[in-house]
Amino acid sequence: MNSWALIGISFGYLSLLFAIAFWSERRSKQGRSMVSNPYIYALSLAVYCTAWTYYGSVGRAAAGGIDFLAVYTGASLMVPLFWPVLRKIIRICKVQRISTIADFISSRYGKNISLGSIVTVVCVLGIIPYISLQLKAISVSFEVLAGNTALAPAHWWRDSALYLAIGLAFFTILFGTRQIEATERHEGMVTAIAFESLVKLIAFLAIGLFVTFGLYAGFDDLFGKVLEDPDLAQRLSLQGDFAYGEWFWVNILSMFAVVLLPRQFQVSVVENVNEKHLNKAMWLFPLYLLLINIFVLPIAMGGVLTLGSGIDADTYVLALPIHAHKPILAAMTYIGGFSAATSMIIVSTIALSTMISNSLVMPLLVANTRLQQRIRPRLGSFLIYSRRISIVLVLLLAYAYFRGVAAPYALVSIGLVSFAAVAQFAPAVFGGIFWKNANRQGAISGILVGFALWVYTLVVPSIVGAGILPVSWMEQGPAGISWLRPFHLFGLEGMDYLSHSLFWSLGMNVLVYVLASIWFKQDSKERNQAEVFVDIFRYSTVYESSIVWKGTAYMPDLRSLLENFLGRTRTVQALNAFRQKYHVDWEQPGKADPRLVTYAEKLLAGAIGTASARIMVSTVVKEEEISLEEVVNILRESQQLMSVNRELRRKSAELRKATEELTEANNKLQQQDELKDEFLYTVTHELRTPLTSIRALSEILHDNPDLPSEQQQQFLGTMVKETERLSRLISQVLDLEKYASGRQKLQLAATDLAELIADAVEAVQQLVDERRLQLRIDLQPGMPLAQIDRDRIFQVLVNLLSNAIKFSEIRKGRIVLSAYFLDGDFKVNVADNGKGIAPEQQQYIFDKFYQARNQTTRKPKGTGLGLAISKSIIDLHQGSIWVDSIPGKGARFSFTLPLSSQNHGQDRTDR
Amino acid sequence: MAKTVLIVDDDPSILLSLEFLMKKAGYAVFIARDGDEALTLVAEHLPDAVLLDIMMPGVDGYEVCRQIKTNPSWQHAKVIMLSAKSRDADIQKARELGADHYVTKPFSTKQLLEEVNKQLQF
Repeated sequence: MNSWALIGISFGYLSLLFAIAFWSERRSKQGRSMVSNPYIYALSLAVYCTAWTYYGSVGRAAAGGIDFLAVYTGASLMVPLFWPVLRKIIRICKVQRISTIADFISSRYGKNISLGSIVTVVCVLGIIPYISLQLKAISVSFEVLAGNTALAPAHWWRDSALYLAIGLAFFTILFGTRQIEATERHEGMVTAIAFESLVKLIAFLAIGLFVTFGLYAGFDDLFGKVLEDPDLAQRLSLQGDFAYGEWFWVNILSMFAVVLLPRQFQVSVVENVNEKHLNKAMWLFPLYLLLINIFVLPIAMGGVLTLGSGIDADTYVLALPIHAHKPILAAMTYIGGFSAATSMIIVSTIALSTMISNSLVMPLLVANTRLQQRIRPRLGSFLIYSRRISIVLVLLLAYAYFRGVAAPYALVSIGLVSFAAVAQFAPAVFGGIFWKNANRQGAISGILVGFALWVYTLVVPSIVGAGILPVSWMEQGPAGISWLRPFHLFGLEGMDYLSHSLFWSLGMNVLVYVLASIWFKQDSKERNQAEVFVDIFRYSTVYESSIVWKGTAYMPDLRSLLENFLGRTRTVQALNAFRQKYHVDWEQPGKADPRLVTYAEKLLAGAIGTASARIMVSTVVKEEEISLEEVVNILRESQQLMSVNRELRRKSAELRKATEELTEANNKLQQQDELKDEFLYTVTHELRTPLTSIRALSEILHDNPDLPSEQQQQFLGTMVKETERLSRLISQVLDLEKYASGRQKLQLAATDLAELIADAVEAVQQLVDERRLQLRIDLQPGMPLAQIDRDRIFQVLVNLLSNAIKFSEIRKGRIVLSAYFLDGDFKVNVADNGKGIAPEQQQYIFDKFYQARNQTTRKPKGTGLGLAISKSIIDLHQGSIWVDSIPGKGARFSFTLPLSSQNHGQDRTDR
Repeated sequence: MAKTVLIVDDDPSILLSLEFLMKKAGYAVFIARDGDEALTLVAEHLPDAVLLDIMMPGVDGYEVCRQIKTNPSWQHAKVIMLSAKSRDADIQKARELGADHYVTKPFSTKQLLEEVNKQLQF
């Protein structure tokens, strides 16, 4: 294909990206943002898949079968942890306005400047080869497509990769450094990246389908042919020398990389609009990885079968459609690879440039007060230019690396080396958000040790490979010291180079990090940050007020500081937002509100990084020296206060509960006491009535000896009746007392309930007749014999019948007694059509003291103890008794008895 | 003309003895078995004295007492409460409602008669 046509296609595609980014930013200004959409977010995460995926996976699959997958299985393994880990990181960055991984680590460990610089340097050194890898991929694919088979690269001024790098720098500067605040989202850039993810997926699926179904007749045909070749078949199996160690380590590396790579941190954390988007991303992202990997093996195997091993397997994706004379498909594939490479380059470069300007350049600036004075009025533009220059610098460095070192290497190995570099941040980042005691010394020494070992075991060999260092370093060790051989450090044998490197670098990193964190004490600033990071979900709403800042700042100073960096408009805007939130007026000169100081620091942090912001703000705040102890004490106190508070709350709740219980018990006791009093009172009252008649009549008889004998008889008869009533009352009280003390025993015997009922009815028949009532008896025929105490149940029946009679109106009363046997229980109902019982009284009616509480509406006749005794008897039979009543319509008393009651009389003590 | 006494009680045995006592003492006697009946008889016969039980079904003795003592044409009647309720609070309540005397059951017939006579003195 013609070179010029290809250049045209490349820059045409770049122009399209520009257009999309512009369009997206215009929509965003109109309030119709593209990126507040979980699908765009998930697609932008797919910046993980670079040219390495696009070309390199196929190359690796052709050589080693399925081990290329580890990079994606590792990433997918991390996905379930997105919610607990990534969401936490996102929240921390939002609250603290953190914009890069370097800033994140520096901020966590006390906004330490050297830590931020170290992380930045590691990132730049680790990522530049990776960016150059992308440039190489574009360059190689360009050459393949243009048909240049010459292995020697073109002169640099004729090298398309250089111009491409310049074009990308232009795009990145345009869409990546618009705003001064790095925490502001780059909507145009994100939309373009999401679009590129779509393009590379579609292109790769297209070539995959073409190879599988165009060149071959489907998967069966393709793999059938593979299996015919024993050498190829061997590559598909896990047998033999499959590198399990490497597989494991690549998985681990990828788990870290998917969060810690600067470009991943940029799209997943900084560009995140809404934490909830993670939910969708958590299944869309692994799905994307799955889709883009489906055709890797078919393409690889198709390439080997069709093209043989004569050409670089990394280029199969392009070589296959060219071989099949499908120029349009080839161009499309080229665009796919181009998009994979450019998206990675753009995002990585933005992330790196922010890091360089905020964690390397700014600290130099804030340390140099003379320089600061000179450029103070132009600080804002200085910052933007430092970022733009960084972008150009990063891309040129990557290009230089590509020209100088990278050329002989396969795509994958450089990628893994980069992964291994950022993996060195894993202890500091993951430890930092879950372990409060992790400290600066641990983080710095861990990263330095890990980085040094990474350089020695992974970078040095590649320098040797490039011919800069003698090969003897690898084989005999430097100066012949064999335990210093980069691939066999300290004599460790039997591991592949990657596992070996990670074993040492990551292992020592973790060890040093943990030991130093335990050994050294945290200082106050760090303690504060550790607190906020680990408990971010608790602090995120009260961040401004939770920060300890002792000092005074004058409003005009603070304001001019903000204006220097953010510009007038943005400053006024931000301060207004603050006023709305806290109702603090910032327009008045004089001392600034302490929360405003924190707020200003946060605003600046978004622009220049947390560490620099801290220092800048401290230049205008007359900070009173706070001793370490003081801050620690403030924090500890507030923590203690919180726990004391919690304890107090718990205690008082317990106390309240105990008090309630006591009150309740007391009430019960009092009630029972009152009830007992009432009972005694009622009993004496009930005794008084017959006594009154007896006394009056006997006095009359005594004083009037000459009464006619007829009258004497009447009086004497009444006295006898009243005496009987008296003795009945006394025996009932004693009865009840017996039930209450549990001394009453049942004399159980097989009893015919129908017969018993007939006897009871006979006992009250006279009363019924006197009051001219109707009494109907309704018995189920053939009921079994009941094991009951005959006399007691008789007592109950008579009591219920007497009550019904008493409450029935003369002549109009109708009483129905029914009994039947159902489900192992006898049931007896006594219903009347009297005045009934009010619902609120129904629950008390079996209470032996019931009548006492309703003295003025005493029931006609009776002791008021009948129902209480009846209930005791039924309870003793293990039955139950209750009443249903509609006031005005009548009442129905019911009780049940089991077929056979055990005699519980002997051991019952509560009744 | 003989003074009239209204006896109010729901217990027939007590009524029996009281009726005998009052008649023997020379009073004209009316009998009521509950509060409603008592009020009807008061309105009808304007008795000079009322022997009044407290615990009765329906309108109780307190209410009967209150109505008698708040009605200008009835309030001349002497009200003697006659009750088994023996607490100070019960007696206090009756006094507040205007009862002239309070006798707890069981009572001495002699003392009761003396009290009635005293209340109905000229």
